[in-house]
Amino acid sequence: MKKRVYSQSGDRIETVDPVSVRRYGPWTRGNHWLTAGCLVLLLVSGLSFFHPSLYFLSGLFGGGQTARMLHPWIGVVLFLSFLVLFLRMVRLNLPTREDGVWLSQPGKVLAAKEEELPEMGKYNGAQKIVFWAMTGLIIVLIISGIMMWEQYFDGLVTIPTRRIATITHSIAAVLIICVFIVHVYAAIWTRGTIRAMTRGTVTGGWAFKHHRKWLRELARLDRAGPAK
Amino acid sequence: MTNSWTDIKNTDLVIVMGGNAAEAHPCGFKWVTEAKARRGARLIVVDPRFTRTASVADYYAPIRPGSDIAWLMGMIRWMIENDKVQWDYVRNYTNASLLVNEGFGWSDGLFTGYEPEKRNYDMSTWEYQIGDDGFALTDPTLRDPRCVWNLLKAHVDPYTPEMVERICGTPKDRFLRIAEMIGECSAPDKVMTSMYALGWTQHSKGAQNIRGMAMLQLILGNIGMRGGGMNALRGHSNIQGLTDMGLMSNLLPGYLNMPTEKDTDFDTYLSKRQYKPLRPDQTSYWQNYPKFMVSYLKAMWGDHATKENGWCFDYLPKLDVANYDILRMFDMMYKGEVNLYFCQGFNPLLAFPNRAKLTTALSKLKLLVTMDPLETETSRFWENHGDFNDVDPAAIETEVIQLPTTCFAEEEGSLTNSGRWLQWHWPGGSPPGEAKHDTWIMAQIFLRVRELYRQEGGTVPEPILNLNWDYADPNEPTAEELAKEINGRALGQVTDLVDTSKVLAEPGKLLQNFTQLRDDGSTSSGCWIYSGCWNEQGNNMARRDTSDPDGTGAYLNWSWSWPVNRRILYNRASADLDGNPWDPERKLVWWNGEKWIGYDVPDIAVTAKPGTVMPFIMNPEGVSRLFSRGLMRDGPFPIHMEPFESPVANFLNPDLRGNPAARIFEDDAAQLATSADFPHVGTSYRLTEHFHYWTKHNPVNSVLQPEFFVEISEELAKEKGIGNADWVRVWSNRGSIKAKAYVTKRLKPLMCDGKALHVVGIPLHWGFTGAARKGFGPNSLTPFVGDANVETPESKAFLVNIEKTTPPTEGATS
Amino acid sequence: MTAATPPTTARSNPPVEQLESYFGPQDLVRRSATLDQPAPERELTKVAKLIDVTRCIGCKACQSACIEWNDTHPEMEDFAGSYMNPHDLTPEMFTLMRFTEWENPETNQLEWLIRKDGCMHCEDPGCLKACPAPGAIVQYSNGIVDFIHENCIGCGYCVSGCPFDIPRVSKVTNVAYKCTLCSDRVAVGQGPACAKACPTECISFGTKDDMKAQAEERIAELKSRGFENAGLYDPDGVGGTHVMYVLHHADKPEVYAGLPAEPRISPVVETWKGVTKYLGLAAIGAMAVGTTLHGLMGRANKVSHEDEEKAEDLVETEEGTKR
Repeated sequence: MKKRVYSQSGDRIETVDPVSVRRYGPWTRGNHWLTAGCLVLLLVSGLSFFHPSLYFLSGLFGGGQTARMLHPWIGVVLFLSFLVLFLRMVRLNLPTREDGVWLSQPGKVLAAKEEELPEMGKYNGAQKIVFWAMTGLIIVLIISGIMMWEQYFDGLVTIPTRRIATITHSIAAVLIICVFIVHVYAAIWTRGTIRAMTRGTVTGGWAFKHHRKWLRELARLDRAGPAK
Repeated sequence: MTNSWTDIKNTDLVIVMGGNAAEAHPCGFKWVTEAKARRGARLIVVDPRFTRTASVADYYAPIRPGSDIAWLMGMIRWMIENDKVQWDYVRNYTNASLLVNEGFGWSDGLFTGYEPEKRNYDMSTWEYQIGDDGFALTDPTLRDPRCVWNLLKAHVDPYTPEMVERICGTPKDRFLRIAEMIGECSAPDKVMTSMYALGWTQHSKGAQNIRGMAMLQLILGNIGMRGGGMNALRGHSNIQGLTDMGLMSNLLPGYLNMPTEKDTDFDTYLSKRQYKPLRPDQTSYWQNYPKFMVSYLKAMWGDHATKENGWCFDYLPKLDVANYDILRMFDMMYKGEVNLYFCQGFNPLLAFPNRAKLTTALSKLKLLVTMDPLETETSRFWENHGDFNDVDPAAIETEVIQLPTTCFAEEEGSLTNSGRWLQWHWPGGSPPGEAKHDTWIMAQIFLRVRELYRQEGGTVPEPILNLNWDYADPNEPTAEELAKEINGRALGQVTDLVDTSKVLAEPGKLLQNFTQLRDDGSTSSGCWIYSGCWNEQGNNMARRDTSDPDGTGAYLNWSWSWPVNRRILYNRASADLDGNPWDPERKLVWWNGEKWIGYDVPDIAVTAKPGTVMPFIMNPEGVSRLFSRGLMRDGPFPIHMEPFESPVANFLNPDLRGNPAARIFEDDAAQLATSADFPHVGTSYRLTEHFHYWTKHNPVNSVLQPEFFVEISEELAKEKGIGNADWVRVWSNRGSIKAKAYVTKRLKPLMCDGKALHVVGIPLHWGFTGAARKGFGPNSLTPFVGDANVETPESKAFLVNIEKTTPPTEGATS
Repeated sequence: MTAATPPTTARSNPPVEQLESYFGPQDLVRRSATLDQPAPERELTKVAKLIDVTRCIGCKACQSACIEWNDTHPEMEDFAGSYMNPHDLTPEMFTLMRFTEWENPETNQLEWLIRKDGCMHCEDPGCLKACPAPGAIVQYSNGIVDFIHENCIGCGYCVSGCPFDIPRVSKVTNVAYKCTLCSDRVAVGQGPACAKACPTECISFGTKDDMKAQAEERIAELKSRGFENAGLYDPDGVGGTHVMYVLHHADKPEVYAGLPAEPRISPVVETWKGVTKYLGLAAIGAMAVGTTLHGLMGRANKVSHEDEEKAEDLVETEEGTKR
């Protein structure tokens, strides 16, 4: 069996006519949606503490007290969930030279002229940025979050440190929301993407257009493997 | 107190020595704050520790525990040397000019007449020279070498500032600075007040400590003045009431004496109490003794007391020793001579010295009855609490009965404060559980004992059978009934002594005050000094009028003060010989040409002419005493004496140990240690967060000061390798305790006689019952010896050692 | 019932009859996490508590009065090497005597400095600024800063916001606590419990002007006793406080168990609650609007039919199944 470079186990071409490619297995999808769910809950509860005009959002959790109580615990779940996702995805999100070329021409990306850009593996440069931004921000958020977790860690750091943790947490939260918006929008804008996280498969055309190197490797792997 | 709490606001200088007013009397201390804020008064603190009082003082000086007399005599010496004397006052109002018996003298730290084997003085020479007219001789020029003033000068001569530094460890510069501040108060318009407490009384020469300051105050002319005086800060809200009511084996109410076995009948008893004036025209108020005594006996036995039977004098117990004080009682108990002990509102296991001896003593009782609103260590002395009470319950056969009583907040009655104010109070709540008023319990016991005597007879049953018990409900006399009984009633018609046609009180009426007492059986009064507290005007103790004309601090219509609502004792001395106030800005009473008037009840017959009748009307001399004649067992002048356990030898006589006139039992003398084994000075004190052994039962107080500790200097801690809050063991020759160490800058080594001495401060308040953490009291360590005159235990100066240790064990019952 | 009148002097005897509260929610000048707090119709006289540290004897009557009035139950701790007990402010102990044994380097004299710590009731309260829960922290126009516990969410932001390290969040109720200046007592014309209990009039309560005047008298008296640097602690950095200290060494407030010399709301907290909040929301908003507009106006990145065919082609080629 050939070594996978641009894909990971579980990625495979399911049908050929039309081409349907398995992009995420059920565990990954579950993992993703758990993380995503946590993130949504966190941003809703977090925003309610961030600005008075958004405090009403805490009502979704049954009030400020429960929102305050749940927020850090959801954060812990998110952190652990994301950790699994991270371990699953990190290899294919390591930056490559092509990413640089791809990223250096955002105009072409936004104009959807990907044929003029280098072929991408399972993740393109932008997706990798989202991945690493999420990774970095979640680490910052969990660490600063623990520093300000009054209920269990009130004496952990000095009050001046806690103030810095608090402002860091808010800035990181703003950034992660921005990244989140980019992520969600990119998934919407790039039609045919969402089904990768719902059904688990993408069309051949989608794979061909956006992740040709990945598709190519999967096809090659099929040849090497047992005939369909 | 000669003065009152509220009067302290009138002072110019407060000296807190032998006390820690801010710590132990924070509410009363507000008047010091008032004096500072309103008059710019200065505050001096002299104490072994830098106390809470010192924290707000203008000047502080350290002193070695138990060396106060040397310090005070040094201060008197400095005043005389530097002419800081209120001369008119000293000449006229003290016995400075009276001549003393030629035979009187002193040497080697002892006065004439010492009998070492009896630890007693033959005081026959401690007396004035009496002229042919029966009056004491005087030399108003103060030139006669035998006059009190010249003897005093000679007596204080050794106490130079250098000697004070050597004995007391008070640096000379600090001593002199304080001397200058005090010296200013010799001016007639400058006044100092002395505030002291158990820091002076709990010594084997406690009474002499206080006399030392009283003499200094007389020399400065500060007695009888607003803002002056000798102000004892009493340690319990009603301990003044206790002494006033004579709750001591050698006293009857109102400072009348319990007869001794030599007083075979009433006339013999009275013959020793003639109190004839020692100078012409003087009042000598104790001449009225028979009136007080007969009225007391009438209150006790009513119609049974008749002139023929000596007013039932024979019913009174007669002392066969000087005093059955608590030390003696516990020593007797220790020797197995006591079967039954009643402990009413008293926790001796933590309050009296040498706890090991107390435990043994209590273990030898057949029956111990405790009456207390709280669980006391005494009532649980038989219970094992690990290191905190290391006893074997199986080996103790004493039966203990605990009778729960009400506390002050559940009772009606009066409390007498330090300023002699009898303040009436009302119950704030109902007694919990089975708690009963002390009066109910005492009545029940009395009625049952009387019934037993009635049925079974017994030796001399009359004092019990004939006791006057005239209460609406014999089962529970009310506070009102008792107060009226104490105040006194006319039993027959009481008429004016001069104009006998003038009726002062009809039979059955309450007496106006003690001036209406008679020695013919026509009056009764339970405590003559309290007469006036509840008279026909009503309950004067319940008065709550805050008016205070001209803001003098007298508050004459707030509660009632003994004697006769007088707020400042000796107040006649606030005016000069002609009756004009020494300080026109601080008038108190004065002569208006016809009589004495002023802001207070004059402490003199209102028509007594100035210049003739002297202000100290209780004394046969009419003047105050710098030389106290034979009235104190350990000397007519205070002389330096070391504590029984001292790290240094007495500089006057190295062979003397402690107070040579103080009683000490043989076993206890054997337990006295030396500085060879116990190099440090232990001292005991209170903390403001707690009240005695009561408040450790209260969770709030226990939160504020939860755990026992001892205080040591940084230097001693370093020497012994003790860190702050480490566990230490402190032990004396009598016991050992464990405590957390508080290493503090507020204690510094004292340089005494060339040696650096360390003081170990040991607060009381902890025991093995209550809400606070278990702990010890200083009394595990203190020696079983008391003051020569009043037997107050020497808890303020003793020898200890200290080392780092492991935490104590809690014990099975914890 | 008639309404209580605002206190006018520290020494006035409090009323003994039952009175209606003289201030209430209508007198709020600040309300946490509330954007449109209307200005009150009337302006109450500013009140203040004056703590004359130089008169304090450390008796802790204020602490016990505080425990009794607020019905708190602080834990009994142990002896930890100081008279200070409990060892710190707690959700059950709103005020605390802090003891410092200080050797004055100028005089070489030992001074035992005892400061009653507790909420300073800042004119510009950092806790209120930091608080995210609407109405959990309020300030009345008389200056009292109060925690309204039913609105508190227990986040502890007030702890970060306070320049004096005062609020404590309970592990039991998850609500923040601190001294209320006895707003419930003051409202009915009584002084704070601590001031009532203080035996030496070290703690006084009244209008802020009266308290400042009283402080002036005290400072003059202290100067006469040689405390040249005696002064009032009413720090400008937080707009002044409604709990003020008279200090013998006003030039060195830090010696009083770390009383901050120049307290102010931390710039970090100011930035967090200021710029960050607005820039953050702007960034999120811009991102949301940008993507929405792009979504609406721009062309979606669609996969074409050719792409599908090309993919099929590629797969077949690569799999070697191309016919």
